[in-house]
Parts: sequence; structure tokens; C-alpha cells
Amino acid sequence: MSEPPKDVLPEPKGPEQPAIDQSPENAPATVPDAEAETEIQVVGRREGMFGVAGTGDTSGYGGLVQPVVFPGAAQRPFEGWHEDVAGALDTALAGGGVEPSAIQAIVIHRGEITFHVRREDLPAVARLFRDDPQLRFELCAGVSGVNYPQDTGRELHAVYHLLSMTHNRRARLEVTCPDSDPHIPSIVATYPTNDWHERETYDMFGIIFDGHPALTRILMPDDWPGHPQRKDYPLGGIPVEYKGGTIPPPDQRRSYN
Amino acid sequence: MAATNQNDMYAGSSETTEGKVFTVTGQDWDAIVSGIAEDADERVVVNMGPQHPSTHGVLRLILELEGETVTEARCGIGYLHTGIEKNMEYRSWVQGVTFCTRMDYLSPFFNETAYCLGVERLLDIEDDIPEKASVMRVLLMELNRISSHLVCIATGGMEIGALTVMTIGFRERELVLDLFELITGLRMNHGFIRPGGVAQDLPPGALDEIRGFIALMKKRLPEYAALCNANPIFKGRLEDVGHLELDGVLALGLTGPVLRSTGYPWDLRKSEPYCGYEDYDFEVQTWDTCDSYGRFRVRLNEMWESLKIIEQAADRLAALEGAPVMVGDKKIAWPSQLAIGSDGMGNSLDHIRHIMGESMEALIHHFKIVTEGFRVPAGQAYVPIESPRGELGAHVVSDGGTRPFRVHFRDPSFTNLQATGVMSEGGMVADVIVAIASIDPVMGGVDR
Repeated sequence: MSEPPKDVLPEPKGPEQPAIDQSPENAPATVPDAEAETEIQVVGRREGMFGVAGTGDTSGYGGLVQPVVFPGAAQRPFEGWHEDVAGALDTALAGGGVEPSAIQAIVIHRGEITFHVRREDLPAVARLFRDDPQLRFELCAGVSGVNYPQDTGRELHAVYHLLSMTHNRRARLEVTCPDSDPHIPSIVATYPTNDWHERETYDMFGIIFDGHPALTRILMPDDWPGHPQRKDYPLGGIPVEYKGGTIPPPDQRRSYN
Repeated sequence: MAATNQNDMYAGSSETTEGKVFTVTGQDWDAIVSGIAEDADERVVVNMGPQHPSTHGVLRLILELEGETVTEARCGIGYLHTGIEKNMEYRSWVQGVTFCTRMDYLSPFFNETAYCLGVERLLDIEDDIPEKASVMRVLLMELNRISSHLVCIATGGMEIGALTVMTIGFRERELVLDLFELITGLRMNHGFIRPGGVAQDLPPGALDEIRGFIALMKKRLPEYAALCNANPIFKGRLEDVGHLELDGVLALGLTGPVLRSTGYPWDLRKSEPYCGYEDYDFEVQTWDTCDSYGRFRVRLNEMWESLKIIEQAADRLAALEGAPVMVGDKKIAWPSQLAIGSDGMGNSLDHIRHIMGESMEALIHHFKIVTEGFRVPAGQAYVPIESPRGELGAHVVSDGGTRPFRVHFRDPSFTNLQATGVMSEGGMVADVIVAIASIDPVMGGVDR
């Protein structure tokens, strides 16, 4: 099968197009403003469209491949209090004897600041975030897991949300670990509130928080196989029949991806 | 004695490696009393729940007792886990509201708002939300705060035998639910607050109903104060029970009335205003006793503050008649307004006529946005709001698709329930129930 030579195809010159319907629905989608970030972070790729693949795809859109791109590291100096926090953290790291490389990247997106922390340094960094007078993040709003199956070597992310009541600021710590070695040090010693949160993240993602006082399942039964919130864990469900028609379970329905 | 125990279907006993196990279901206490009397050991491990009227749903308590003193208290949760967060990953961004409203079923509007604010932050349309939508959100949330606090006080009263507090609490809550039904069509599980605004404008006559409710509540709220505030039995059961001071509260991450009962005026509506809370005049209520009684008083006072906010929101809504309640961006907003047709509530007939008879593009657009939904730029956002129980945070992660990549809710009930042990150890068995009632956990939110 050889493709028809494209360059000899005549330029289509149809009759003058009528004015396009200027209804608001017909307006082009607004493109989000390019952020001031210079780096981007690719964590996966999206293939196809309309959830159809192989011979069933008559649209031609099945071949679309797009990278899944997350906001990347921001450049110093940051604006406003973000710079204050980052500067205070630099000082605190030096004072606390933690290598500056413990902070792998700082992402600022939609006004929220995220510190990507090297996992072995998490307890020390969390302690500095809590105790340093310039940081003083007294309250931890728990840890939330996120599973990026295509982010090779960093498949499991643990995201900690910190709140400084003293300075009225919020910051986020993000730690990653590979699927093959799902261990992250526990910070229950610094934030006792994370006791249940880490148990929940272990239950749902299988991240083992080393040093947790009693890391057991919390929401699922003790003998449950698998970790339900991981992307490789199926949602499950059964087809529902209604008036002769069958509705497949949600994870088998058409996905627009 | 053992032989009769075997025959008693309500209070059987069996020997295990852990010692003698009695099954008590509330019928026959003679067997257990005499059974324990056989052993001189005072130490008893009592399993309470998960089905128990005093545990706010399906909460399991494991209590270790020395006589009537609790030496250790632990919670077992997860009996109401429904996988809401997982399910949301398989639905569109708009459909997510339908799921998260069912988490903490006593404060559905807070769940919806936290989630929608997170989606809106990722969409970068926070500043485009119409004023009327924000005011309606505030109105619904504050009505919801009243109904939620009423249930807390009502069930808390019932658990210590104050049945009148229960009946009048549910009496007033019913009025709030009537308002919800009028405005959203449903008493709970509304799915009314959507990314970009709210589903529908206020129905005719709603403001009059709300004003009538405010006037009635101003008469009825003092009844709680008159019944409880200085009631010696009520105070005797609540004072110094569930004591927890500020350092313990912060270490355990407790927020909401428990935090404010230590005298620390922390309220996200003041410290990190969202939905335009900075435009309303209200006070953060605190108490300084760090106990269950203080939490009761904080909740009582907060209902007054909520009434103040509702009053201001109603005044603002009166001036906003006909204003839009959904963001103007057609690529996000639901294409149709709802209207009553001959077969009930549905897309407005004008809209049906438009897409079926007038504009092909409008039909395509309707089909696309309803079936496929909109895309949300990749990134993550954490939006905290002040729910009746404390900081309710929605951690929303998008990979740029039409479905949430991950949504996690930091539910205040889940976090606050960790304080059960520290609040009740060293106290009496009967005080465990009071301490838990003062945390006001809602198991739908705890287990999600």
C-alpha cells in the first residue's frame, strides 16, 4: 500500500464559504494561557480518542498521541510569599544539616507551591517545615496518594498538604517512590495526625510508610487483596439491564479520554 | 450457670484463647453480670458497634475497661467505605459532583463546593464565577451548616437521654431540608453546585421562604440555649468531658468546633476566604473550656452567625434577580437551563427547540459537552473549606482529560475521629459517647 503523493493533490478551492454561524457554541475553545514556567514534566501519554481502538476506529482519531504534561519546576526568584517560604527553607535546610538536593524541584501552579522532596529526606524536611520559625507549618492536612503508572520509576506519589496558621500559608510536599520499592518514610513522628492518613494511603495504594507505629489497612477489610485506588486495580461492576438494553459497567463504557 | 448461658440466645458465651467472650445484644444482662463475677479480673474488653445507636452510624469502638473506667479506646472504621474517590475517576468532571455530595451526607453542599472549587482552580476560572452563583453557594452552605449543627446537637442530646433536644433539633432541621427541597429539588444528595456555578437559579418565592425561616429560627434558637446552656444535668454530662487542649488538637490535626473550643479563632472563612466570604459580616465563635460543653456552645453560637450570613446573602440575592448562575464560558457551562416540562424537570423547552430545530452546531455542542464533558488542564489543586466539622479539603488531580485523574477528600470527620482515644481514655464508659458526639463524626465522610 503506497500513500497517494500528497504534493500533487490540487489545493481545494471550493465556492466562497458562507459566513460561519456565529452562535456562541461555535466559538473556538479558549486556549489556556501559557504559564511562565520554562520546564514541563511529562508523566505519561494519552493515545487515541473516543475510547475506540483497532479496527473499530473509523474516525482516524485513534492514532492521536499526546504527552500528558504536568506543570514543571518554577524558576527563582518566585513572586510574593512563595519566595519567602523557599528562602526560609534554604536557610532551614542549611541550619538543619540537610543537603539542598533534598528538594528536587519546586512547582508553582495556580498559586499553590509544591516542594518535591527526595524520599529519604522527607522526615527531616517535614520536621523543618513544622519547627522552623520562618516556616512554622503547624498543621498537616494529611497525605493523599496518586498513582501515575506511566511515570516510570516514580509511579507512586504521596502528597502532603501543610498549613501554617502562624503565617496563613499553605504548601505541599510531594514524594515519589517506584512500584518496585513502594517505601516512603513515615512522618507520624512529626505530624501525629498522619497516623490514619498514612494507613489510608497504604490501604489504597500500597505505599509502605516505614516507621509508622501500626501500618494496617483502615478502610478495606484486613484480608483484602490489592490496593483499590491504584490505576491497575479495576473498578469492577456488573452490566445493568434496563428495558432490553444493557449498560456496561462504568470502566467498560466508552471513554473520551 | 454456663449451661444456662448456652441456652440464652441473646447472651451466649464462649471460651477463646483470649478469655471468655460474651455476646451481648442488649437483652439479658444477668448472664454477663454473673459471668464476669465468676472471674475476679476487672479488665474487660468491650466491642461496641459497628451497629450501635450511639456511634453515629457504623463506627466500631474497642474499649478496654477497668471497672467503668476506659483504659484504652480504639476506633474501627471502614464499614461505610463506598469507593467514591475511585468511582469519580470513571465519570466526567461534572458527574463527580453526584458522587462527592454523598460522602458526608449531613453537609452535602460543602462536599460539592470543595470539589467544584478545586476543579475551578485547575480550570483557572475562579475569578469568572458569577457573583450570584457564589452568593447562592454561601447561602446553601450556611443553611447546611445550621442543619448539620442541629443534627449534631440533636443526636448528641439523644445519646445522653435529652430526648427533647433531639426532637426540637430535628424539627428545625426539617425546615432547612424543606428549603433545600425548594431550591434544589432534593432534601439531600443535591448535586446542585457544579463546576462553574450552580445548576439552577432560585425558584420564585424562595427568598420569602428563606426570610420566613430566618425569622422563625430567631425565635427557636433561644430554645436550645434555654434548655441546655445552664441545665445542670446537661452541663454535668458535658463539662470536662472529652478534654483536649490546643497543642493536642493541632498535633492530631483537628479543626472546626473542636479547635475553636480551645479558644483559637481559626476559621477558614476568615483566614482564607473563598466564595466571597470576606464580604459578609460575621464573627468566629470560640470557647475556652476545651471540652464537650465548649464544643456545644461553639456550635450553638455558630448557628447564629450562619443566620447572619444567610440574612446578608438573601439581601444580596434580592438585588441579583435574573443574574447568571453559571460561568459564561460555553465550553464549561452546561448548555441548557433546567425547566419544568410536562414530564417533570429537564432541559428547557427553548433549548430543545434550539438544538433540534434551529442550530446544528448547538446540537453538536450539546452532545459533546453532555457526553464527553470538558477537559481540565493537567495539574493538581488542594482547596480547603470550612465545613461544619472542620477543614474539608479536596485534592483534585487532572491529567488533562475529561475525567478526574484522582480526587481525594481530606474529610474532617476522618481526621477528627483520631482523637477518640485521647479524649476518652481515663474517663468513664458513658463519657466515650459524649466525647465522640462532641467530635460529630459522620461516617459517610469518614469512610467515603
